[in-house]
Amino acid sequence: MSVKLTTRKVGDVTVIDAAGRITLGEGATSFRDAVRDLAAKGDKKLLLNLSDVSYIDSSGIGEMVSGFTTVTNHGGQLKLLGLSKRVKDLLQITKLYTVFEVFDDEPSAVRSFA
Amino acid sequence: MPENQSGEIQKVDTLLDSTLDSVDTAENQVLRVAEEIGFPEDDLHQIGMAVRETMVNAVVHGNRYNARKKVHLTVSGARNHLTIVIRDEGEGFEREMIPDPLAEENLLKQSGRGLLLIQAFVDEFEIRRRQPKGTEVRMVKYLEPLLKK
Repeated sequence: MSVKLTTRKVGDVTVIDAAGRITLGEGATSFRDAVRDLAAKGDKKLLLNLSDVSYIDSSGIGEMVSGFTTVTNHGGQLKLLGLSKRVKDLLQITKLYTVFEVFDDEPSAVRSFA
Repeated sequence: MPENQSGEIQKVDTLLDSTLDSVDTAENQVLRVAEEIGFPEDDLHQIGMAVRETMVNAVVHGNRYNARKKVHLTVSGARNHLTIVIRDEGEGFEREMIPDPLAEENLLKQSGRGLLLIQAFVDEFEIRRRQPKGTEVRMVKYLEPLLKK
């Protein structure tokens, strides 16, 4: 199974709910396109919910970083929500914990954009 | 199959096409052996990830999807460890040429984290150029790393 992405609004925050695998190929490409489209549309407060993501590889991590850069360059913010232990480990290993703001619960994440 | 001096029995010896489907094939074959040895769930995840990253390097960066080039996978199992060797037929590369993905100036680069993850997930990791061309990656994962000696 590749990644399934759905978006919803919570106030002025766009939450991207991701489910499945963000890996080289279709998964990483879908993710890249979704973030770029939202950034181009002018959405500046993006919260990526990874609660239902079972697997991310280095390409998926690369796309998350690329998405972060794209959104930042558009004057917005991309934050992360609901990381599994395995995904947290990946962010630790790659030192990306120092780049991304990470939240365990959605209300706190949404409030952080205010 | 015969045991070698390390008590390993070769379980897989196969040539794979230079396609992304081979990444799944290799992962499945390696995990089957790892499960036989009795690796726990978290280790299986790490082994699978190390294999996938190495296979992607071999197919994408090594063989560059060339249909005439193959990826050679061998997997050997022993009572307390698993050895995986993945060889491609690409041009090879100098490891020193790969930027450190943990350096501040590289943190926001899109690529270059594969080797870092592989090394994090296995207990032994060795990469070398093959003659006349190609790259060989050898990885070992121990069932109980502290007891490996």
